[in-house]
Amino acid sequence: MDGKQALRFLNGFNEAVQAHKEELSLLDTPIGDGDHGSNLARGMQAVMDAVASDENAPAADLFKKTAMALISKVGGASGPLYGSAFLGMSKAAAAGKSDGEIMEAGLEQILKRGKASVGDKTMVDVWTPAIEALKAGNLTDEKIEEYVLATKDMQARKGRASYLGERSIGHIDPGSRSSGYLFESLLASEKEA
Amino acid sequence: MSTGILCVSHSKKIAEGLQDLLAQISSDVSKTFSGGLEDGSIGTSFDDISKALEANPAERIFAFFDLGSARMNLEMAQEMSDKDITVFDVPLIEGAYAAAALLQAGAKEEDILKQLDELKITK
Repeated sequence: MDGKQALRFLNGFNEAVQAHKEELSLLDTPIGDGDHGSNLARGMQAVMDAVASDENAPAADLFKKTAMALISKVGGASGPLYGSAFLGMSKAAAAGKSDGEIMEAGLEQILKRGKASVGDKTMVDVWTPAIEALKAGNLTDEKIEEYVLATKDMQARKGRASYLGERSIGHIDPGSRSSGYLFESLLASEKEA
Repeated sequence: MSTGILCVSHSKKIAEGLQDLLAQISSDVSKTFSGGLEDGSIGTSFDDISKALEANPAERIFAFFDLGSARMNLEMAQEMSDKDITVFDVPLIEGAYAAAALLQAGAKEEDILKQLDELKITK
Protein backbone atom coordinates (compact mmCIF):
# COMPACT_ATOMS: atom_id res chain seq x y z
CA MET A 1 0.00 0.00 0.00
CA ASP A 2 1.44 3.36 -0.95
CA GLY A 3 1.06 6.54 1.08
CA LYS A 4 -1.55 7.97 -1.26
CA GLN A 5 -3.82 4.99 -0.78
CA ALA A 6 -3.22 5.06 2.98
CA LEU A 7 -4.32 8.71 3.05
CA ARG A 8 -7.47 7.89 1.05
CA PHE A 9 -8.13 5.04 3.49
CA LEU A 10 -7.70 7.26 6.57
CA ASN A 11 -9.72 10.10 5.03
CA GLY A 12 -12.52 7.72 4.12
CA PHE A 13 -12.60 6.22 7.62
CA ASN A 14 -12.57 9.65 9.22
CA GLU A 15 -15.46 10.83 7.04
CA ALA A 16 -17.48 7.70 7.88
CA VAL A 17 -16.79 8.03 11.60
CA GLN A 18 -17.72 11.73 11.67
CA ALA A 19 -20.89 11.10 9.61
CA HIS A 20 -21.96 8.16 11.80
CA LYS A 21 -20.76 9.51 15.13
CA GLU A 22 -24.25 9.55 16.65
CA GLU A 23 -25.18 6.15 15.27
CA LEU A 24 -22.04 4.62 16.83
CA SER A 25 -22.73 6.20 20.22
CA LEU A 26 -26.40 5.12 20.06
CA LEU A 27 -25.35 1.52 19.38
CA ASP A 28 -23.03 1.79 22.39
CA THR A 29 -25.80 3.09 24.68
CA PRO A 30 -27.82 -0.08 25.44
CA ILE A 31 -24.79 -2.38 25.76
CA GLY A 32 -21.88 -0.07 26.59
CA ASP A 33 -21.18 3.39 27.91
CA GLY A 34 -22.55 5.37 24.98
CA ASP A 35 -19.35 7.05 23.91
CA HIS A 36 -18.00 4.97 21.03
CA GLY A 37 -18.96 7.49 18.34
CA SER A 38 -17.75 10.57 20.15
CA ASN A 39 -14.52 8.86 21.27
CA LEU A 40 -13.66 7.59 17.83
CA ALA A 41 -14.63 10.88 16.18
CA ARG A 42 -12.31 12.76 18.54
CA GLY A 43 -9.54 10.26 17.86
CA MET A 44 -9.90 10.37 14.09
CA GLN A 45 -9.96 14.17 14.15
CA ALA A 46 -6.61 14.03 15.97
CA VAL A 47 -5.37 11.53 13.37
CA MET A 48 -6.30 13.80 10.48
CA ASP A 49 -4.55 16.72 12.19
CA ALA A 50 -1.44 14.56 12.68
CA VAL A 51 -1.24 13.36 9.06
CA ALA A 52 -2.44 16.59 7.39
CA SER A 53 1.04 17.70 6.34
CA ASP A 54 2.18 14.25 5.20
CA GLU A 55 1.12 14.07 1.57
CA ASN A 56 4.25 12.19 0.53
CA ALA A 57 4.75 10.04 3.60
CA PRO A 58 4.76 6.25 3.22
CA ALA A 59 1.80 4.25 4.54
CA ALA A 60 3.85 2.87 7.44
CA ASP A 61 4.53 6.39 8.80
CA LEU A 62 0.91 7.43 8.40
CA PHE A 63 -0.35 4.34 10.22
CA LYS A 64 2.12 4.86 13.04
CA LYS A 65 0.96 8.44 13.50
CA THR A 66 -2.61 7.18 13.39
CA ALA A 67 -1.84 4.67 16.13
CA MET A 68 -0.21 7.24 18.41
CA ALA A 69 -3.05 9.74 17.98
CA LEU A 70 -5.71 7.10 18.70
CA ILE A 71 -3.85 5.76 21.75
CA SER A 72 -3.48 9.27 23.17
CA LYS A 73 -6.86 10.76 22.30
CA VAL A 74 -9.47 8.03 22.70
CA GLY A 75 -10.50 7.35 26.29
CA GLY A 76 -12.43 4.11 25.75
CA ALA A 77 -11.43 0.64 24.62
CA SER A 78 -11.40 1.68 20.98
CA GLY A 79 -8.23 3.75 21.56
CA PRO A 80 -5.94 0.91 22.61
CA LEU A 81 -7.64 -1.54 20.24
CA TYR A 82 -7.59 0.54 17.06
CA GLY A 83 -4.26 2.06 18.13
CA SER A 84 -2.65 -1.36 18.54
CA ALA A 85 -4.15 -2.45 15.22
CA PHE A 86 -2.62 0.50 13.38
CA LEU A 87 0.76 -0.17 15.00
CA GLY A 88 0.66 -3.71 13.62
CA MET A 89 -0.55 -2.42 10.25
CA SER A 90 2.31 0.08 10.18
CA LYS A 91 4.89 -2.68 10.52
CA ALA A 92 3.25 -4.81 7.82
CA ALA A 93 3.00 -1.81 5.47
CA ALA A 94 6.71 -1.08 6.01
CA ALA A 95 7.46 -4.67 5.02
CA GLY A 96 5.57 -4.20 1.74
CA LYS A 97 2.76 -6.63 2.60
CA SER A 98 -0.56 -6.85 0.74
CA ASP A 99 -3.67 -5.06 2.03
CA GLY A 100 -5.02 -8.36 3.38
CA GLU A 101 -1.78 -9.07 5.22
CA ILE A 102 -1.67 -5.52 6.56
CA MET A 103 -5.12 -5.91 8.07
CA GLU A 104 -4.17 -9.34 9.38
CA ALA A 105 -1.21 -7.79 11.22
CA GLY A 106 -3.69 -5.33 12.71
CA LEU A 107 -6.00 -8.13 13.83
CA GLU A 108 -3.11 -9.93 15.54
CA GLN A 109 -2.54 -6.87 17.71
CA ILE A 110 -6.27 -6.53 18.47
CA LEU A 111 -6.35 -10.15 19.61
CA LYS A 112 -3.27 -9.65 21.75
CA ARG A 113 -4.62 -6.48 23.33
CA GLY A 114 -8.28 -7.39 23.79
CA LYS A 115 -7.97 -11.17 24.23
CA ALA A 116 -11.30 -11.72 22.44
CA SER A 117 -12.12 -14.70 20.23
CA VAL A 118 -14.45 -15.08 17.27
CA GLY A 119 -18.05 -15.14 18.52
CA ASP A 120 -17.46 -12.90 21.56
CA LYS A 121 -19.46 -10.08 19.89
CA THR A 122 -16.52 -7.76 19.32
CA MET A 123 -14.75 -6.11 16.39
CA VAL A 124 -12.90 -9.41 15.93
CA ASP A 125 -16.13 -10.79 14.43
CA VAL A 126 -15.83 -8.32 11.55
CA TRP A 127 -12.05 -8.27 11.15
CA THR A 128 -11.69 -12.07 10.97
CA PRO A 129 -14.08 -12.85 8.08
CA ALA A 130 -13.30 -9.55 6.31
CA ILE A 131 -9.59 -10.36 6.19
CA GLU A 132 -10.32 -13.85 4.91
CA ALA A 133 -12.42 -12.41 2.06
CA LEU A 134 -9.93 -9.62 1.43
CA LYS A 135 -7.11 -12.12 0.98
CA ALA A 136 -9.32 -14.18 -1.33
CA GLY A 137 -9.98 -11.03 -3.36
CA ASN A 138 -13.75 -11.12 -2.91
CA LEU A 139 -14.57 -8.71 -0.08
CA THR A 140 -17.55 -6.45 -0.85
CA ASP A 141 -19.53 -3.80 1.04
CA GLU A 142 -22.44 -6.28 1.18
CA LYS A 143 -20.29 -8.90 2.88
CA ILE A 144 -18.99 -6.35 5.38
CA GLU A 145 -22.58 -5.39 6.24
CA GLU A 146 -23.39 -9.08 6.73
CA TYR A 147 -20.50 -9.50 9.19
CA VAL A 148 -21.57 -6.40 11.13
CA LEU A 149 -25.23 -7.48 11.35
CA ALA A 150 -24.21 -11.00 12.42
CA THR A 151 -23.00 -9.57 15.76
CA LYS A 152 -26.61 -8.68 16.64
CA ASP A 153 -27.56 -12.21 17.68
CA MET A 154 -24.35 -12.91 19.57
CA GLN A 155 -24.00 -12.78 23.34
CA ALA A 156 -21.13 -10.55 24.44
CA ARG A 157 -18.29 -12.31 26.25
CA LYS A 158 -15.77 -9.46 26.19
CA GLY A 159 -15.90 -5.77 26.93
CA ARG A 160 -18.45 -3.68 28.77
CA ALA A 161 -21.37 -5.47 27.10
CA SER A 162 -20.33 -8.78 28.69
CA TYR A 163 -21.65 -7.56 32.05
CA LEU A 164 -25.14 -7.66 30.48
CA GLY A 165 -24.96 -11.37 29.65
CA GLU A 166 -27.98 -12.46 27.60
CA ARG A 167 -29.30 -8.91 27.55
CA SER A 168 -26.55 -8.06 25.09
CA ILE A 169 -28.28 -10.21 22.44
CA GLY A 170 -30.31 -8.23 19.92
CA HIS A 171 -27.93 -5.27 19.64
CA ILE A 172 -25.30 -4.73 16.95
CA ASP A 173 -21.83 -4.44 18.47
CA PRO A 174 -20.64 -0.81 18.07
CA GLY A 175 -16.97 -1.76 17.57
CA SER A 176 -18.04 -4.11 14.81
CA ARG A 177 -20.05 -1.33 13.18
CA SER A 178 -17.07 1.05 13.20
CA SER A 179 -14.81 -1.77 11.96
CA GLY A 180 -17.27 -2.23 9.08
CA TYR A 181 -16.69 1.42 8.14
CA LEU A 182 -12.94 0.83 8.34
CA PHE A 183 -13.06 -2.07 5.87
CA GLU A 184 -15.46 -0.18 3.57
CA SER A 185 -12.96 2.69 3.53
CA LEU A 186 -10.16 0.29 2.71
CA LEU A 187 -12.13 -1.16 -0.22
CA ALA A 188 -12.92 2.31 -1.52
CA SER A 189 -9.24 3.31 -1.23
CA GLU A 190 -8.29 0.32 -3.38
CA LYS A 191 -10.81 1.18 -6.10
CA GLU A 192 -9.65 4.75 -6.51
CA ALA A 193 -6.07 3.65 -7.14
CA MET B 1 13.88 -3.06 46.52
CA SER B 2 10.66 -1.34 47.43
CA THR B 3 7.39 -2.07 45.68
CA GLY B 4 4.89 0.62 44.78
CA ILE B 5 1.24 0.61 43.83
CA LEU B 6 -0.45 2.09 40.75
CA CYS B 7 -4.24 2.35 40.63
CA VAL B 8 -6.19 3.11 37.45
CA SER B 9 -9.89 3.92 37.43
CA HIS B 10 -12.30 5.23 34.83
CA SER B 11 -13.42 7.77 37.40
CA LYS B 12 -11.39 10.62 38.83
CA LYS B 13 -13.43 10.47 42.04
CA ILE B 14 -12.90 6.74 42.51
CA ALA B 15 -9.15 7.28 42.14
CA GLU B 16 -9.22 10.14 44.64
CA GLY B 17 -11.35 8.18 47.10
CA LEU B 18 -9.07 5.18 46.81
CA GLN B 19 -6.08 7.42 47.45
CA ASP B 20 -7.70 8.59 50.72
CA LEU B 21 -8.52 5.03 51.68
CA LEU B 22 -5.03 3.67 51.07
CA ALA B 23 -3.35 6.64 52.75
CA GLN B 24 -4.86 5.53 56.07
CA ILE B 25 -3.06 2.21 56.10
CA SER B 26 0.08 2.52 54.01
CA SER B 27 1.95 5.74 54.67
CA ASP B 28 5.31 4.23 53.69
CA VAL B 29 4.18 2.64 50.40
CA SER B 30 4.65 4.75 47.27
CA LYS B 31 1.34 4.99 45.47
CA THR B 32 0.26 6.83 42.33
CA PHE B 33 -3.18 7.10 40.76
CA SER B 34 -4.76 7.76 37.39
CA GLY B 35 -8.49 8.42 37.25
CA GLY B 36 -10.62 9.54 34.31
CA LEU B 37 -9.58 11.59 31.33
CA GLU B 38 -7.60 14.84 31.39
CA ASP B 39 -10.81 16.90 31.28
CA GLY B 40 -12.21 15.02 34.28
CA SER B 41 -14.68 12.94 32.28
CA ILE B 42 -15.03 9.16 32.52
CA GLY B 43 -12.44 7.04 30.74
CA THR B 44 -8.78 6.10 31.00
CA SER B 45 -5.88 7.85 29.37
CA PHE B 46 -2.74 6.09 28.20
CA ASP B 47 -0.79 9.34 28.61
CA ASP B 48 -2.02 9.93 32.15
CA ILE B 49 -1.42 6.31 33.19
CA SER B 50 2.13 6.51 31.82
CA LYS B 51 2.69 9.71 33.81
CA ALA B 52 1.39 8.11 37.02
CA LEU B 53 3.58 5.09 36.38
CA GLU B 54 6.75 7.12 35.90
CA ALA B 55 5.87 9.40 38.83
CA ASN B 56 5.94 6.40 41.16
CA PRO B 57 9.44 6.23 42.69
CA ALA B 58 9.34 2.41 42.97
CA GLU B 59 10.83 0.26 40.23
CA ARG B 60 8.63 -2.73 41.12
CA ILE B 61 4.96 -1.87 40.63
CA PHE B 62 1.75 -3.67 41.53
CA ALA B 63 -0.93 -2.28 39.22
CA PHE B 64 -4.68 -2.38 39.75
CA PHE B 65 -7.53 -1.31 37.47
CA ASP B 66 -11.32 -1.24 37.40
CA LEU B 67 -12.70 -2.12 33.94
CA GLY B 68 -11.35 -3.81 30.82
CA SER B 69 -10.36 -0.81 28.76
CA ALA B 70 -8.32 0.51 31.72
CA ARG B 71 -6.44 -2.76 31.54
CA MET B 72 -5.63 -2.25 27.86
CA ASN B 73 -4.24 1.24 28.43
CA LEU B 74 -2.39 0.01 31.50
CA GLU B 75 -0.80 -2.85 29.55
CA MET B 76 0.33 -0.49 26.80
CA ALA B 77 1.93 1.77 29.41
CA GLN B 78 3.52 -1.34 30.92
CA GLU B 79 5.02 -2.37 27.57
CA MET B 80 6.54 1.06 27.09
CA SER B 81 8.00 1.37 30.58
CA ASP B 82 11.26 0.01 31.99
CA LYS B 83 9.69 -0.68 35.36
CA ASP B 84 8.90 -4.18 36.55
CA ILE B 85 5.10 -4.18 36.59
CA THR B 86 2.53 -6.82 37.49
CA VAL B 87 -1.10 -6.14 36.55
CA PHE B 88 -3.65 -7.87 38.77
CA ASP B 89 -7.05 -9.22 37.69
CA VAL B 90 -8.62 -8.47 41.03
CA PRO B 91 -11.30 -6.02 42.22
CA LEU B 92 -9.65 -2.59 42.26
CA ILE B 93 -10.44 -1.51 45.81
CA GLU B 94 -10.04 -4.85 47.63
CA GLY B 95 -6.91 -5.70 45.65
CA ALA B 96 -5.15 -2.38 46.10
CA TYR B 97 -6.15 -2.29 49.77
CA ALA B 98 -4.82 -5.77 50.46
CA ALA B 99 -1.57 -5.06 48.61
CA ALA B 100 -1.06 -1.74 50.37
CA ALA B 101 -1.69 -3.23 53.82
CA LEU B 102 0.66 -6.16 53.19
CA LEU B 103 3.41 -3.99 51.71
CA GLN B 104 3.17 -1.65 54.69
CA ALA B 105 3.46 -4.64 57.00
CA GLY B 106 6.59 -5.78 55.17
CA ALA B 107 5.09 -9.03 53.86
CA LYS B 108 7.13 -11.08 51.38
CA GLU B 109 6.20 -10.69 47.72
CA GLU B 110 5.27 -14.36 47.30
CA ASP B 111 2.83 -14.10 50.20
CA ILE B 112 1.26 -10.97 48.75
CA LEU B 113 0.91 -12.60 45.33
CA LYS B 114 -0.73 -15.63 46.94
CA GLN B 115 -3.22 -13.51 48.80
CA LEU B 116 -4.06 -11.43 45.70
CA ASP B 117 -4.52 -14.60 43.69
CA GLU B 118 -7.42 -15.53 45.99
CA LEU B 119 -9.21 -12.33 44.95
CA LYS B 120 -8.92 -13.05 41.24
CA ILE B 121 -11.92 -12.30 39.05
CA THR B 122 -12.66 -12.33 35.33
CA LYS B 123 -12.90 -8.83 33.94
